[in-house]
Amino acid sequence: MKRRSYRTSIRRRLLLQLFTMAALLSLAFFLVVRAVAERAAADTQDNILLASATSIADAIYSEQGAVAVDLPYSALSMLGSISEDRVFYRVLIGEETLTGYDDLPLPSPAQGEFETFMFRGEEVRSATVTRTVSSGGSKERATVIVAQTRLGLAAISQRISGMAAVVGFGFLLVATALSLVAAQSALAPLNRMTQSVARRGPDDLRPVDTQTPSELVPLVDALNSFMARLKASLTQSEEFIAEAAHRVRTPLATVRAQAQMTLRRSEKPENKASLRAMIRAVDESSRSAGQLLDHAMVSLRTDQLQDEVFDLVELTQDTVAHLRPTADLKDIAISVELYVETLPIRGDEILMQNALRNVLDNAIKYSPEDSDITVRITEEPRISFVDQGRGFSADDLGDITKRFSRGANVGDIVGSGLGLTIADEVMRAHGGTLEIAPNEEGRGSCVSLVYPRD
Amino acid sequence: MRFLLVEDNMDLAQAVMDCLALDGHAIDHARDLASAQDCINAAPYDLILLDIMLPDGDGRDFLARHRRNANSTPVIVLTARSEVSDRVGLLDLGADDYITKPFDFTELEARCRAVLRRQGGVADNVRSFGGAELDSLAGAIRAGGESHPLRNRELRLLEVFFTSPGQIFSKSHLMDRLFSFSDDVSENAIEVYIGRLRRKLEGSGARIETVRGLGYRLVEAT
Repeated sequence: MKRRSYRTSIRRRLLLQLFTMAALLSLAFFLVVRAVAERAAADTQDNILLASATSIADAIYSEQGAVAVDLPYSALSMLGSISEDRVFYRVLIGEETLTGYDDLPLPSPAQGEFETFMFRGEEVRSATVTRTVSSGGSKERATVIVAQTRLGLAAISQRISGMAAVVGFGFLLVATALSLVAAQSALAPLNRMTQSVARRGPDDLRPVDTQTPSELVPLVDALNSFMARLKASLTQSEEFIAEAAHRVRTPLATVRAQAQMTLRRSEKPENKASLRAMIRAVDESSRSAGQLLDHAMVSLRTDQLQDEVFDLVELTQDTVAHLRPTADLKDIAISVELYVETLPIRGDEILMQNALRNVLDNAIKYSPEDSDITVRITEEPRISFVDQGRGFSADDLGDITKRFSRGANVGDIVGSGLGLTIADEVMRAHGGTLEIAPNEEGRGSCVSLVYPRD
Repeated sequence: MRFLLVEDNMDLAQAVMDCLALDGHAIDHARDLASAQDCINAAPYDLILLDIMLPDGDGRDFLARHRRNANSTPVIVLTARSEVSDRVGLLDLGADDYITKPFDFTELEARCRAVLRRQGGVADNVRSFGGAELDSLAGAIRAGGESHPLRNRELRLLEVFFTSPGQIFSKSHLMDRLFSFSDDVSENAIEVYIGRLRRKLEGSGARIETVRGLGYRLVEAT
């Protein structure tokens, strides 16, 4: 059977889909966690900056017409608690800097309370609080800006991102392992069914009755109905062949028997000659019909080769015993040379028997009167039939096993040319070969059935 | 010897009976399994020739029943079915041999003899005439204190003569009894075998006489 390429493996597709889904989920998890963490850290900084700026603003007071500020310690120390980031501040009254870094830029009106900008080569975040203070009857506008570098924030968000990545990756691993298990268990019923079908012998056409999930029931039903039809068709073919053989052979047997009896009684040479011709014709047609049907049966059986163990030595001896009376009629002596006691082999016993019989029958048919046929069984396993018949010419050797092909020197011997074809087909079905060679002792031929070694 | 032929085709059965009668056997004919069973119950047989497809059943069932009843009468099955599927089954069921239709009478006779010989201990295995003893089982002729082995055709030829001593057999009749159809031999071949047998019968009280223009017969030596 040809091995198909498995382009669409359900297992692979299922795994790929589950894996992709897990990967997307892991990535989303990572992104969400990182965004939330960064947002939280930034909010914290903003709140502290605002608190710091508010507490500075609260500390602005006016005294004798002058506005002053007492920077509260806590206002700057609360900023230090986040990390070692640098802190900048500026307090303005109107347009004038009261204290702090006077190059710290004023927030643009559009930006609102918080702003991010570059200051002295570093990114900073600032919070701005404005107050109105009254000093000596006039009202002044006080602005407090507190700014801090963002190094600590970056470190925090990096740490959180790292952790999110580790957790996300771990999730991916677990999900992949789980999808493997899921794919395996989802496909288990399918595998069970495949095995229960694959384990069967070639002639086992009983319905499949393994437990199957409901999704597979239509498939199993289809398979069972297919097998039932196959079984019916095989049985029908075998019965048809047997019936056809019976229908063809029975009337021929009657004709032949009566012709032969008449021949025995008749004394006139011309009657005898025509009766002989008649019998010859009957033999020819019955042999051809028989071998055609045998051939059909062999073809049918090689498609569903039996796999049983039997003894090749015993089978050969049985076959020889059956054909010995036929050989005796021509005073042909069949001797069996055994080089092994037993040869247990696997295969189809009926087919092997048929191959052996065809080859030996052939040897007897083409052997002269009063000659010898040697059947040699060696360990290889090889069964050779050596005769002293007319043999095969070199031209014949190539295509003698072709259907209906007969040697060039068959003369008037009745035959259909299917005998060696059948033997050849049986051997090939078993992985063996049929070898035809001239008899080493000169006249005759040596036909060997070579069985493959295990 | 007494044979039972179970065969539903009357024409074929008649021809087979005529053929086996030539060998001096008595043959009863049954057309179906029921009458075959009646025959077996009524008389002992030396050999049963059994067709497979019979009007009232399968010959193989009959064979299996026959063996279950511990009946040891040898059975040769006449099958018209494909040989491929039948052979192993038949021998497993207890058939002693089988022959595929259509068959050559010479081969049928040969198979009957082979089965009977294998069975052994049959009285008819040794026939004597004029002091010569023909041992079919051993395939030898004992004459004048000497034993000569016989080839198959020589044995066959002597069996024909010893079955009906004194009867004249024509050359062509002997040919038909000796050779099957695949053999293409001239009638002179018979003379070769007669010559060989005459030498082996030397010194015994029997000889094969030539009856000019008619054939040969077995007579007591004078």
